[in-house]
Amino acid sequence: MEYEEAKQKLVEELTKKLKSKSKFYFNDLANILGEKPRDAKKLINRMVTDGVLEYWSSGSTSMYGMPGTGKQAAAEHEEK
Amino acid sequence: MAKHATPLLDQLESGPWPSFVSDLKAQAAKRAKNAENIEFQIPTDVVEDLLGILELSFKHGRTHWKHGGIVGVFGYGGGVIGRYCDQPEEFPGVAHFHTMRVAQPGGKFYSTEYLRQICDLWDMRGSGITNMHGSTGDIIFLGTTTPQLEEVFFELTHNLNQDLGGSGSNLRTPADCIGEARCEYACYDTQALCYDLTNEYQDELHRPAFPYKFKFKFDGCPNCCVASIARADLSFIGTWRDNIRIDQEAVQAYIGGEIAPNGGAHSGRDWGKFDIQAEVIGRCPTQCMWMEDGKLKIDDRECTRCMHCINVMPRALRIGNDRGCSIFAGAKAPILDGAQMGSLVVPFIKVEEPYSEIKETVIEPIWDWWMEEGKNRERLGELMKRQGFQKMLEVMDLKPVPQHVQEPRHNPYIFWKEDEVDGGWERDINEFRKYHKR
Repeated sequence: MEYEEAKQKLVEELTKKLKSKSKFYFNDLANILGEKPRDAKKLINRMVTDGVLEYWSSGSTSMYGMPGTGKQAAAEHEEK
Repeated sequence: MAKHATPLLDQLESGPWPSFVSDLKAQAAKRAKNAENIEFQIPTDVVEDLLGILELSFKHGRTHWKHGGIVGVFGYGGGVIGRYCDQPEEFPGVAHFHTMRVAQPGGKFYSTEYLRQICDLWDMRGSGITNMHGSTGDIIFLGTTTPQLEEVFFELTHNLNQDLGGSGSNLRTPADCIGEARCEYACYDTQALCYDLTNEYQDELHRPAFPYKFKFKFDGCPNCCVASIARADLSFIGTWRDNIRIDQEAVQAYIGGEIAPNGGAHSGRDWGKFDIQAEVIGRCPTQCMWMEDGKLKIDDRECTRCMHCINVMPRALRIGNDRGCSIFAGAKAPILDGAQMGSLVVPFIKVEEPYSEIKETVIEPIWDWWMEEGKNRERLGELMKRQGFQKMLEVMDLKPVPQHVQEPRHNPYIFWKEDEVDGGWERDINEFRKYHKR
């Protein structure tokens, strides 16, 4: 899959899911792209480098999200 | 006077054992005094605030740390673990308190110069608190702020010839024993293999694309000083294919008391005269040793490399000459399904540069399988349980061998397939009925 096509597809899908989810496992992204993990990794790494995606880590598990989405360190389940 | 009163933590100092609370108080005092005039780049009272928030957690019976974060250094998905506290007004020194993992040197050999350099760096740009070593083996730097992460990374990589280790769903920093550098039991060069694989798999170490963590550990012999068999997804344990080398004169010297058993390790009290029957031969798990005409004999075919006899009489018994390693897969600590020891996958493989056989026939097929089939947060050992050891052998294109069987008639892993059996599953029912009535 071409990079631009992959980027568009991923951003579209992740944006659709934003209401319920802001962080995704690597396998979720690979499934969206419909690529084998090793091929998907190349595309996803490039998206991280380009700032389309960013890493999130708990220390034991890593996830991916779009920058600025989701509730970050500040608050979860909080009334505004 | 301390910034925060810590009566509950103070109690932890009252026991006879060394206390981390005392260490933290000493570090807090050192930073407050700053006799070396360090230009601290994070709050001077970070350690006092750390003690304060820990005291508060003890008081409330729950943590005040928040979980995880997006912080890291550019291009790396691991090596930095974001930590924030939920009481930043009261404890501003630990509002950000990120952990950095630094790859440990092979065999954990340091020079004092190197230790000074990393401590100086961390005193200036972090809390000065370290953890030598985390269970992955890394040098752990505990507590710094977000702006310092890139600064520390730059210093490590440009001036200290060092790199961050693995964290998250990555290959974790590979760990090895001291190996041939100091140990005569080493059956392969653990540090060379560890170093080579660390370089080869930089992408896997720094950019997370695995279902979960993955650990390599390298033990030079079955004494397993790194405990790889208990905790590494792939553990490489040194072994030999030929016979234990016996020096009969040295055996007699042990029997005669001229050489102390176990390298003199038990010389603290008098255990009586060395008794080779009771202490070596009788303790052999496979009973493959005996004395004959004053000579020690070993039936090496029965030896399971438990290392006991070699450990007791290292000058009389030595590892064989045809050396390599065994590879075990699937060990893990108990989060799901309980702890698991590694299962033997490759009974013997030569360990020779450039290690292509290990990489191409073991590591990479296993990764391909686990990356495709592993569920999120599923360790290799759990996938092996779920899909079966036989499936793993299939993806590695390995034939089952007797060493894969843990106990006779008690292995759920190995099944025959139709094409492996003469005649397959089909039978001639009429032929069968000639001998077996309905």
